[in-house]
Amino acid sequence: MEFLKKNPKIFQWLFLLIVFFALCFAIEVPETYKFIRGQAEFIKDPNQSTFVFAGKEVRYYAFDVFWRLPPLLGWLPIWINDSLFFLMNDWMPMEFWNEDTQEFKTRPLLLQISRNLTGFMTFIIELIREILLGGLETIVAFTSWDFIDANPWAELPGLPWTIVAAGATILSYKLSGKSLAIFAGLTMVYISIFGQWKPSMQTLSFILVAAPLSFIFGLGLGISAFKSKRVEKALYPILLVMQTMPQYAVLVPALVLFGVGDHAAVIITMIVAIPPMILLTLLGLRAIPPEVIEAGKMSGCNNWQLMFKVLIPTARRDILIGVNQVIMVCFSMAVISAFIGAKGLGFNLLLALNQLNIGLALEAGLCISLIAILLDKMSLAWANKQTDYFGNLSFFERNKNTIFFIGAFIIGIVLAYIGTFLFKDTFNYLFEIPHNKGISTADFWNKGVDWIFDTFFVYIKAFNTWLIQDVLQPMRALYLRMPVIATIVLVVGAGYLIGGIRSALVVCGLTLFIALSPWWDRALVTTYMATFGVIVSCLIGFTVGTLCFQSKSAAKFMLGVCDIFQTFPSFVYLIPVMMLFGITDTSVLIAVIVYATIPATRYTIEGLRSVPVGLHDAATMSGVNKFQRLTKIEFPLAFPHMMLGLNQTIVFALFMVIIGAFIGTEDLGQYILKALSDKNGAGIGLTLGICVAFIGLIFDNLIRTWVDKRKKHLGIA
Amino acid sequence: MSDAVIKCESVYKIFGENAEKMLQEANGNVDAKTFQENGCIVGVNNASFEVAKGEMLVVMGLSGSGKSTLLRCISRLTDATGGKIFIEGQDLLQLNNKELIDLRRNKMGMVFQSFALLPHKTVVENIAFPLQIKGIDTDDSISKAMDMVKLVGLDGRENYFPRELSGGQQQRVGIARSLAVEPDVWFLDEPFSALDPLIRKEMQDEFLRLQDKLQKTIMFITHDFDEALKLADRIAIMKDGIIEQLDTPAKIVLNPATEYVRKFTEEVPREKVLLIEDVMEQSTGDNLGDLRVSKHEIIENVAEKILTQDKTVGVIDKNNKVIGSINPTKIINTVFGGRKNGN
Repeated sequence: MEFLKKNPKIFQWLFLLIVFFALCFAIEVPETYKFIRGQAEFIKDPNQSTFVFAGKEVRYYAFDVFWRLPPLLGWLPIWINDSLFFLMNDWMPMEFWNEDTQEFKTRPLLLQISRNLTGFMTFIIELIREILLGGLETIVAFTSWDFIDANPWAELPGLPWTIVAAGATILSYKLSGKSLAIFAGLTMVYISIFGQWKPSMQTLSFILVAAPLSFIFGLGLGISAFKSKRVEKALYPILLVMQTMPQYAVLVPALVLFGVGDHAAVIITMIVAIPPMILLTLLGLRAIPPEVIEAGKMSGCNNWQLMFKVLIPTARRDILIGVNQVIMVCFSMAVISAFIGAKGLGFNLLLALNQLNIGLALEAGLCISLIAILLDKMSLAWANKQTDYFGNLSFFERNKNTIFFIGAFIIGIVLAYIGTFLFKDTFNYLFEIPHNKGISTADFWNKGVDWIFDTFFVYIKAFNTWLIQDVLQPMRALYLRMPVIATIVLVVGAGYLIGGIRSALVVCGLTLFIALSPWWDRALVTTYMATFGVIVSCLIGFTVGTLCFQSKSAAKFMLGVCDIFQTFPSFVYLIPVMMLFGITDTSVLIAVIVYATIPATRYTIEGLRSVPVGLHDAATMSGVNKFQRLTKIEFPLAFPHMMLGLNQTIVFALFMVIIGAFIGTEDLGQYILKALSDKNGAGIGLTLGICVAFIGLIFDNLIRTWVDKRKKHLGIA
Repeated sequence: MSDAVIKCESVYKIFGENAEKMLQEANGNVDAKTFQENGCIVGVNNASFEVAKGEMLVVMGLSGSGKSTLLRCISRLTDATGGKIFIEGQDLLQLNNKELIDLRRNKMGMVFQSFALLPHKTVVENIAFPLQIKGIDTDDSISKAMDMVKLVGLDGRENYFPRELSGGQQQRVGIARSLAVEPDVWFLDEPFSALDPLIRKEMQDEFLRLQDKLQKTIMFITHDFDEALKLADRIAIMKDGIIEQLDTPAKIVLNPATEYVRKFTEEVPREKVLLIEDVMEQSTGDNLGDLRVSKHEIIENVAEKILTQDKTVGVIDKNNKVIGSINPTKIINTVFGGRKNGN
């Protein structure tokens, strides 16, 4: 009792838990409740009740409201869907001049805008693709087929792979030096001799459009948010939701608006990649010391000069981290957008995964990762590069990179020309190694997977069964057993205890949205999978982080490993787990754990590192041993930062759980995947995405509020 | 004074939402406390003064006294809430954006406490920056900047980045940058406060050397009273946004206007600050000895000579004309007396 009096918070938490469990036990499971198809479905079922909203019929299974709330928001996806269709097909019809038929045609405004936008995107993508791979579409678009027939020289061949490889190597050398150049060279050679050239260049051409556009828009919006409080306030909630929204969920509405293909993929990638760019731009601009701004003004800068000559260069470090983020998102989207018809490596990867051809998937995945790491390193090198203005260099020294590239260009063309004689009857390997005609190690990997499966089948199966039967199933049952009222009481109570009435209201709103949507049960399954992943990830991450922190070099090494793992597109994680565990929940969970352990480890190390050196010395002088120092000094101080790591871990885990739907889970992700192939899926996909985002935001709100308070309390805010 | 370069008339700066309305209602009688109760903070309270051409006005005050705010009003980095400010006769607050930029490009230079150099530019590029902003081409601006590099003694380091320089060197760059456009008015906001004491002294001497050569009109902000005494032609002492006293160093030391000012002067070694003319008597008397001292001497330098005399010493001006007298007792009183019990 003394103890409770001293710590009133603990008493409050205990009380909250008691209420929660009392509610859980007090509210019986209704007899009619079955977790089969959730509460709302598109098929008719005699047991369903209906309600009509705005002319739309919404069906649901009626339960005791204490157990499950009725899906009062069931009309939302239908409504979103209908409004989208209305906007696209009936809203503001206007006369537009049609070039092909030479007449005016009536078209809805939005459709016309969307068509023009997609046309523009497609044009740029094709243009870059032609430079890299050769083709005719853009030239034809500029001129006509007749022109091409009359002037065969205009048929632009793509660059031979040797030239692109040499170009990448020279550029890397210029940016960073030998080691990056070697890495770039090896990557390019790997891509070409493994016959991944064409898909790689397709992916690259799409990224070379998406990344710069995302950068420009992100920078622009970031600047306007910096300049105007109102823009920032308007952007903030959108950014918040977009940060936790699974990328899947954006696919479906974009499908409706922009159709299928590379252009839609570019637009979706931009939607996903712009928010982090905005945030980092804002962060960088905010961090500029006010005196630098004043110095700029006193130098007589006008607004334009101030922004582009003073502010942005001063904030360039953060802005370039934003560029790096944009590139990473682009590559991860390169895979996901294959669902809506983006060509390239992502498409091959999905295809291979679908066929359970692990070896091929591995090769394509490695390709994506290598290009991602290469571009990431190159952009970072560019960020840290300083120009030498006053070096007294000879003409050759100043232009040696250009000269080398011209040399490589000529040699490449000569080689390609020689190749036409060498490989008369087969493909010209010195020009381009066609897809699936290069070396492939797929068989080796597939055999390896088979061997592993045959040899360890018993153990893997035993582990699998144990995990599913003894851990996952009971855990899932427990989550589903929670009455909705109990859940809300728990979440809102936690919000109140952590952040007061404001926080409680926010999380209450977020929870209610999910509870009133037709997918509460599925959301519970998503939460259960994410929770399981997060708990294991945190255990691993915190332990590994703490252990690595004991030695400086180990910590540095670990952070490097985290960096590299983070550059892998999330889909790549599915490959090895599918190799080992096949198509089960276990695979998804292990992928979740691997993926989510990255932020847990990183933030642990960073948190421990951020403990001031002075405190270390003070602790050592008070005679603490290593263990005491860890528990008494470092952990308490690093804990807020580690909690931010937990926050990231939750976001990562949610992402992976949703992507896991590709393997087959029963949660929200599965429905998003289903919505992809549904003509009316846009509203459903978007609402589901918002549900997932809100799960993330509930935890985000609680953790952030706690961290802010704690940091203030410790005086390290 | 007709040749006032900077002229302030009842300048107010009040932070807060209803600042302007409250200022109007206050009717020239601003009380910090009432304003604070209404959510407004008074930064500068009724500041009026002039700075003549070639004069150095040092504004001294502790942190939060409003000295930096006053400077920012005069450079119009913030807009004053009330009052009038004239720079060379131009009404600063009436200028539109373009005229303001013109003024800054040609007539103003400013040095900052934290140097505020652009991290992505080298020394010479930083110095050339205001010139390039003005539209001067690269070659001319770089060669002009190189002159500035030499002026502040950074030759050989022109290709360094700011992060590769020590604090004192960085501030030299800051000074060079502010002088690059050859401004008439030079603002310095605690330029030496972030430096080590030894470097600070060196920079102060360097600064005096520069000012001797350039004769700019200067507003210099500092929280260091000794620095103010060393550099200033006149000192303005600020507290809570109000200028408590504005006078020459000697007069402030001899006649502190308020209790607050007196506290600063208590610890000041007078013999190092005061000149003979500050303490001499106007009457020459009949009883002069043979020794003559110039009225421009600092007391410390001539104290020994005067103290060994039995008779009153005559004070002369530039033309060797006797204009006053001083006796040893007076010196002793100035140096040792008065410190605790006033003059």
